[in-house]
Amino acid sequence: MTARRSWRERLEFIDRRWLFLILAFAIVLPLVVDLPLPLYVSPMVQDLYDAIEDLPDGSTVLISADYDPSGKPELEPFHLALIHQLAEKKIKMVMYSLWPAATPITEAVLAEAGLTTDYGYRKDVDYVLLGYKEGQQIAMRSIQKSLKGTFPVNRDGTPSNEIPLLQHYDTYTDFAMLINVSAGSPGVKEYVQNVQSITGVPMVAACTAVSGPDYVPYYKAGQLLGLAAGMKGAAEYEKLVGRPGLAMAGMSAQSASHMLLIAFIVFGNVMYFLARRSGGAR
Amino acid sequence: MDALQLWISTALTLCILSFLWKDNPLYKLAEHLFVGISAGYYIALAWQETIRPNLVEEVARGNWIRLGAAILGVLMFTRFVPKISWLSRWPLAFVVGMYAGINVIAFASGDLILQLQSTMVDVVHGGWTAVSNLILVIGLATSLIYFYFSKEQKGALGVVSRIGIFFLMISFGASFGYTVMSRMSLAIGRTRELMVSPATTGILLLAVAVFLFVWGRRQRSTGEGA
Amino acid sequence: MKRAVPWLLTFVAGALMINDFFVPHRTHAAITQELQQWGLIVVAFTYVLGMANVFDLHFKKIRRGSSEALYSIVLVGSMLGMAALGIFHDHQGEQSPFIWLYNTVYDPLSATMFALLAFFITSAAYRAFRARSTEAVLLLSAAILVMLGQVPVGAAIWGPDSFLGGFPGLKDWIMDVPNLAGKRAILMGAALGAISTGIRVILGLERAHLGGGK
Repeated sequence: MTARRSWRERLEFIDRRWLFLILAFAIVLPLVVDLPLPLYVSPMVQDLYDAIEDLPDGSTVLISADYDPSGKPELEPFHLALIHQLAEKKIKMVMYSLWPAATPITEAVLAEAGLTTDYGYRKDVDYVLLGYKEGQQIAMRSIQKSLKGTFPVNRDGTPSNEIPLLQHYDTYTDFAMLINVSAGSPGVKEYVQNVQSITGVPMVAACTAVSGPDYVPYYKAGQLLGLAAGMKGAAEYEKLVGRPGLAMAGMSAQSASHMLLIAFIVFGNVMYFLARRSGGAR
Repeated sequence: MDALQLWISTALTLCILSFLWKDNPLYKLAEHLFVGISAGYYIALAWQETIRPNLVEEVARGNWIRLGAAILGVLMFTRFVPKISWLSRWPLAFVVGMYAGINVIAFASGDLILQLQSTMVDVVHGGWTAVSNLILVIGLATSLIYFYFSKEQKGALGVVSRIGIFFLMISFGASFGYTVMSRMSLAIGRTRELMVSPATTGILLLAVAVFLFVWGRRQRSTGEGA
Repeated sequence: MKRAVPWLLTFVAGALMINDFFVPHRTHAAITQELQQWGLIVVAFTYVLGMANVFDLHFKKIRRGSSEALYSIVLVGSMLGMAALGIFHDHQGEQSPFIWLYNTVYDPLSATMFALLAFFITSAAYRAFRARSTEAVLLLSAAILVMLGQVPVGAAIWGPDSFLGGFPGLKDWIMDVPNLAGKRAILMGAALGAISTGIRVILGLERAHLGGGK
């Protein structure tokens, strides 16, 4: 026989599907009715932007895009803004991935950025898509020995030795900068450990927010020249590059969901302490 | 995205989201489809982007030494033959040894020496910066002491390690804050995709809701599930 | 033979990878480069092994005619279909069926699986995150300050031009000082553990991966 529950108990043990519905509203409403709020740019992202901006025009960078569709909302906006910043400085790009699902995303980002159509970049001359390679840290160490040995052909099947852009580039230290866009492992941590700390190549990175706090030690130690974490980091970077995109557009929904979560934590604890006072806590 | 792509991707998204109501056949179907498609995708890429260029084409170019990798790779499948399954340990031992050797250098240079070096900061000059640096050094030292389990943590050691726990809790709280941001970003991304065509999403949402209602009633009438 | 050869393989592979950092000699570099290529290929074969395991498991379910057989048929069918398309057909290009399936099926499923976590973290925040102890209060306080500092609405409530830099400034300080201290300690502690474990594996003191005890 169940006793009638008080309003406090009903609120404390509410069916979680109501909570899901409230969150859904908190996300949908700001996406429909956008409330633009000023965006503060953090030092980590400012440093990332400045590091790329300081690269000589026409230099060549190595980009390792290591994410999959689950990392797209946080990393694709950054990736797109990155291509814009690099292309505006006429910086050449050699791109590959250590995540299997990343290459189609990279191709889509390049198409959306208009790398060939708007910026006039030529395949294999101004940019190279090498594709995906298995092996994680082994691949990183192999690339340090020889990029062309690790990628004997590019994504289209052209032998690496015949690619014009790769004539003078074969190891990490040949490039002006290593840029990693990463959703996990292998990613920023492995690149810092196996590549940056051993070769000293300048490196910047973007990561999903969940890994952001873990990579702050690398940024503070100077192993990373800059770091953009999550959709907020991508939004800050979009602002600096001057290309407002999906990340900036998602900030009001992000704000609403954060405020909701804080309200839930506070409310849940208020219910808990009320229950303790009335002697009914779990 | 063409119309068929839109309908299929929206339907699959809603099938996964139906799990929020309750575990159901639509979710299970989508989940198994995801596992199957992922596995097939990874196999195809392993062949096209690693095995074919780095092994098959290399051997075709006359690099016969590379066949050693093929032999090790094939040995992995001996685990399906009980009499010679012990041979499957050879490629595993090779890869584990490689990763162990790589990690010794990687962790030593990236996570130990350089991190220690960058902790040598000025704790005297610089006003608030020096205070922050002092807090950093104290936090690092006490947190490291917390991880020292060779001596019972009581007395002075206990007090110091408790301070370390406080710093670790703050760092876990910061991680939680960022984790919330990350998860919300994923939900925002999917919601935006669903809002590309509200009509498609509306129709499919209705279809999923009807299915869940009918299925739920069948479950209750046959006495299955809660 | 059953134990000696695997141990030797582990030792040689591991020792060469460590030596690679210290020895710049060309012959040594050529040997380690070739071994690294072997490593890439063997790891790629593990995907094939994984597929074979999955196939074996679900094929048994289908043969048994269990209640979950339909799901297993979907899994095996989609796995073989996708693999066949990618291996025997074009595996790149917007027009290829392989990439079409990637964009239509893999992309939304992968993204939505992880999007579910947002809802579960919300439920956990309401029902489970309780400030029961000093440590929990510290954790939740830091979490709330970081969440507020991260989003524009936090900056609007207490801005970066205010005292202490507002919520964004406070968040930056938390990340740069106490968070850095804790995370750096974890990094260094884990590094010590990884180095000692790596050396133990190479010397054969750890043999779990070889199927035996220490």
